[in-house]
Amino acid sequence: MTRLQKKPHHTLGDGHSTWIFLLPSLTLLVFFALPLAALVYRSLAPGFLANALSEQALKALSLSLATSSVTTAVSIVLGTPLAYLLSHWKFKHKAWLELLLDLPIVLPPSVAGLALLVAFGRRGLFGAWLGELGISLPFTTAAVVFAQIFVSAPLYVRAARIGFAHIDKQLEESAYVEGANQWQVFNEVMIPLGARALASGAILTWTRALGEFGATILFAGNLEGVTQTMPIAIYLGFERNLGVALALSVVLMVVSVILLMVTKRLDKPSD
Amino acid sequence: MSLKKLFLISLCLACFLTACKSSAQPEVESDDAPESRNLIVFVAASLTDAFTEIGGNFEARYPGVTVTFNFGGSQMLRTQIEEGAPVDVFAPANEEEMDLLIRGGFVLETSPRIFLTNRLVLILPADNPAGIDSLEDLSVPGIKLVLAAEEVPVGRYSRQALEKMTASFGADFKDKVLANVVSNEDNVRQVVAKVQLGEADAGIVYVSDAVAVPELQIIEIPADLNVAATYPIAPLAESANIALAEKFVDYLLSNEGQATLRKWGFGPAP
Repeated sequence: MTRLQKKPHHTLGDGHSTWIFLLPSLTLLVFFALPLAALVYRSLAPGFLANALSEQALKALSLSLATSSVTTAVSIVLGTPLAYLLSHWKFKHKAWLELLLDLPIVLPPSVAGLALLVAFGRRGLFGAWLGELGISLPFTTAAVVFAQIFVSAPLYVRAARIGFAHIDKQLEESAYVEGANQWQVFNEVMIPLGARALASGAILTWTRALGEFGATILFAGNLEGVTQTMPIAIYLGFERNLGVALALSVVLMVVSVILLMVTKRLDKPSD
Repeated sequence: MSLKKLFLISLCLACFLTACKSSAQPEVESDDAPESRNLIVFVAASLTDAFTEIGGNFEARYPGVTVTFNFGGSQMLRTQIEEGAPVDVFAPANEEEMDLLIRGGFVLETSPRIFLTNRLVLILPADNPAGIDSLEDLSVPGIKLVLAAEEVPVGRYSRQALEKMTASFGADFKDKVLANVVSNEDNVRQVVAKVQLGEADAGIVYVSDAVAVPELQIIEIPADLNVAATYPIAPLAESANIALAEKFVDYLLSNEGQATLRKWGFGPAP
């Protein structure tokens, strides 16, 4: 909308060609809105609260919130330096590194789950080595976090990298001129200036982690309270109790809406 | 690209898709001339291999007919039918799902026929990492056992069998075994996969699933501790190919169909 307002001769409702824009736009918007509205409508049955607050639902919700929070924290701790490095250092084959980071975003999560299983499973490439350390990942809550990091951390790295790249180079250079070292520049200039982009990236990662299903069910399996996250409980609810599945879906939707609203606020340029 | 061009391309694409859709649907409903007809069959995951072979045989016998399978957990398939999936034949792994469809008016009460029986076995990875030699070993603490979720028939049967074993192996046998469960998989094929990969030490599945994967080790569950599963099959009341759907059911109960099912480890229709 803001872009439209900047060019007054292209405002809506002006001219005979408006429908060329309106018709496809409305079709797509209705296509998105209808299924979500139907989900809310169908879930609003008398048993909604009982379903949403059932023991299974609460266990799944708390496990989802806990694992996705850990995932987000790990993504920030490991991803921020990586994003900084990618936005500031020039080196050979950087494009390949960026491709590696984009791959988990576009791959189907089931591929991610299978990859994790053949890498870190008991019989996986590194499984024997982990086994010697007494670690067995599959079917554990740690496996849930692994799956979530694999598919969602790249979103944070990407957002942070773009955020760092948009910071005015002169600010950075003047900090160096004043004698700051690299860590000080990173910590006292780049982080505060990139904070919005970092936060919005973190929330994107969080929402993606909350919704993770394919990689989790393959790598971590399904056990109530240990590896049964919201999406898995919804999938199984589809097989047992549609009411629970619908209620859980709506709860997950509400949580996602709240997180997205926060992201929207963060994405707004500071006033 | 100009907007006009873009619009034209989308229009062409839309026309093309509509054309595809209408040509895929049978135009005449005639029983004698089964030119190109598509039979949609929703099948319990445990029947995957057997029905894939049977589908090929059926297509060979009735030229022009294609059989499309949707394999999945029986509950999920039933829910999909209730939500309006266009299906001709339904073959779940238990009678409850069929009964629910009868109650919902999707299947005529007289339609379902029991066409096979199945039983449970214990499966182990080829090298048996946990050293399991008997059913009783399932209660040894620390064993990684994978079961099908209680929501799917095989998961329910597995727990019933454990109940029966408790009577023979000691009062807390079932609890001890259930404490070893590391995952409740959403269908029986996932249990096989996790054991086959060696991620789990043991799993309980249908004998038919174990037969499909020769490298698995099998420990039989004696008949008195086992739970026999009976599989019903029925054409859907609203099927657009009802005559063909009935032929498919008849074929499964024929000698040829039963022989294929036995090959995949299933027991005969009672």
